[in-house]
Amino acid sequence: MNHERELDIVREELAVTAPSKDLLLPLLLDVQRRIGHVPKGSVDLIAQHFNLSRADVHGVASFYHDLRDVPAGRHVVQICQAEACQAVGCRTLAAHAQRRLGVAMGATTADSHITIEPAYCFGNCACGPTVRVGDEIYGRVTADRFDVLIAALDETHR
Amino acid sequence: MTPCIFVPNDTGARSLGADHVAEAIRSTVERSGIDARIVRNGSRGAYALEPLIEVDSPRGRIGFARMQPDHAATLFAGGLPEIDHPLCIGRVDDVPFFRKQQRLTFIRAGIIDPLDLDAYRANGGFEGLGRALALAPAQIVDEVRRSGLRGRGGAAFPAAIKWQTVLETSAPMKYVVCNADEGDSGTFADRLLMEADPFQLIEGMTIAAIATGASGGYIYLRSEYPHARDVLEHALSIARRAGILGPDACGPGRSFDIELRIGAGAYVCGEETSLLESIEGKRALVRFKPPVPAISGLFGQPTLINNVLTFAAATTILAKGGEYYAAFGVGRSRGTMPFQLSGNVAQGGIVEVPFGASLRSIIEGFGQGSLSGRPLRAAQVGGPLGAYLPPSLWDTSLDYEAFTNESAMLGHGGIVAFDDSVDLGEQAEFAMQFCAHESCGKCTPCRIGSVRGVEVIQRIRRGAAVDANVALLEDLCETMEVGSLCALGGLTPVPVRSILRHFRDDLVPSGTNLIAVERRS
Repeated sequence: MNHERELDIVREELAVTAPSKDLLLPLLLDVQRRIGHVPKGSVDLIAQHFNLSRADVHGVASFYHDLRDVPAGRHVVQICQAEACQAVGCRTLAAHAQRRLGVAMGATTADSHITIEPAYCFGNCACGPTVRVGDEIYGRVTADRFDVLIAALDETHR
Repeated sequence: MTPCIFVPNDTGARSLGADHVAEAIRSTVERSGIDARIVRNGSRGAYALEPLIEVDSPRGRIGFARMQPDHAATLFAGGLPEIDHPLCIGRVDDVPFFRKQQRLTFIRAGIIDPLDLDAYRANGGFEGLGRALALAPAQIVDEVRRSGLRGRGGAAFPAAIKWQTVLETSAPMKYVVCNADEGDSGTFADRLLMEADPFQLIEGMTIAAIATGASGGYIYLRSEYPHARDVLEHALSIARRAGILGPDACGPGRSFDIELRIGAGAYVCGEETSLLESIEGKRALVRFKPPVPAISGLFGQPTLINNVLTFAAATTILAKGGEYYAAFGVGRSRGTMPFQLSGNVAQGGIVEVPFGASLRSIIEGFGQGSLSGRPLRAAQVGGPLGAYLPPSLWDTSLDYEAFTNESAMLGHGGIVAFDDSVDLGEQAEFAMQFCAHESCGKCTPCRIGSVRGVEVIQRIRRGAAVDANVALLEDLCETMEVGSLCALGGLTPVPVRSILRHFRDDLVPSGTNLIAVERRS
């Protein structure tokens, strides 16, 4: 997506958002849902809309773990790394995932296909280790099951 | 009446393939011309059995555990399966995991279609709201006081005091806010309640609005719960269409509505004041208290902020009376608590029992020991900020005071079991890492202390100047505990100290290796 198209999307979202300061975070989430990240170049536009300073907008956008200012891979694969999943082997799973994809946690594969990230709890604690891809949550993910998930992503959208 | 086939539809069951099972059953049933209706219920929360299919039978609902799509064809080959079918686990109500519980809050979870308002009503829903509508606000607060209900989010603050304060504070606008940012690892009761019985939360919040005179409502839900978001969105719009929310929600002309807000991956938003900052669209920095939110909360207005389970408990308390609820439990911990059992256990899930059961009865009785088959070695109770307890302490009564006496806490009721492969030195380091990752940054003991905590624990684990570094760690823990603004920095020392106390050998290398390691470093 080119930068102008990204800014158009931000403008579209702003057009349907009241300039009420409490809507800043929902707006940022909406922008990210459509573009995949919150472009750095959109901070000015957003700040003007809410009558906030650029620092205010940047402050919010950089505070929350979910929000990113650079594109992720086409698929974001989150692997729970919290205690309940640790008790059933999520550290081993994370190590396997990094080997399988050839990138470290938090990084994106060279072909921009997959980003793997740690996450801290999907409330699926009795069915761990847990992995999230998009809005789908997968339980009892072994190394084999992880490979099946990745293979399915490889097939459908590359 | 057409018999029903129940296929669970919560995050847990779905994560184990329930949607594919539902699809396979649907096509088999259609193909075979079986007269049955498929109902997507929530989940009863016994995750060792999921996906747990239930089928109406003359003897009640019978269950078929751990269903996979390819079971559907054989299971429904000769019409609806009976109780003598080899895959059948019998009447679901008779399964010990459920039979031994005392479900008040989770009474409908997994029984009904979560979005079926008539089913909710037919199973005791809105009885509490009906009673609240006939009472004066102060009488509702009195009922909550008689129940002894304490906040279920973790802090266990008496609910009636918050409710009373908001009631007595006059303002043009008041808010009821539900803290549904259930971020503690090992806790999932809020999620299951919202996914399996969302109208109970809406009813509880409406009761709170009547009691306090609030007209604005928010549910702040964490972004890690996409299915709960979908269920709540539907439930809220159904409730609005039915007039349960809206202009006359709290009686003629007294409006109340609830807006759903989604978080953005910040654990600290489970802290009530940072949650309010987040709803206001800001960085989720913890606020100084006073003023407490009950006096000056969301947008500076009096705000009642409670956990999902606290609002849910209010529906039972109003329906059956404060005394009924208070008759369960021990000491100053009244009522039931939906404990959440997970980690390395054979049978994890929701275990709602009165306060006062032993930790061992949950882990060994309900959990049936470890999943791996190895001996269990530790249980972390109360989330990432809770203590790690060895089996010698598992006879401790599950009530707030008994846990405080063990320098532990019940928190939101999460119990995570670890087998003997756990390295508690690694867990201590993780506790500090997690705090460093999630600190809002406002206060120094938490922001800097957690980073220094990781470093000092790493030095101890390497065996570098161990005595001095352990003394430093203990000092740091005290600084974080007494100097932090909120529970994140203030309680991160709890797991670390519990490991120093109960599992010291994991964290502190033994003397023989020490000198060699020290010389290297």
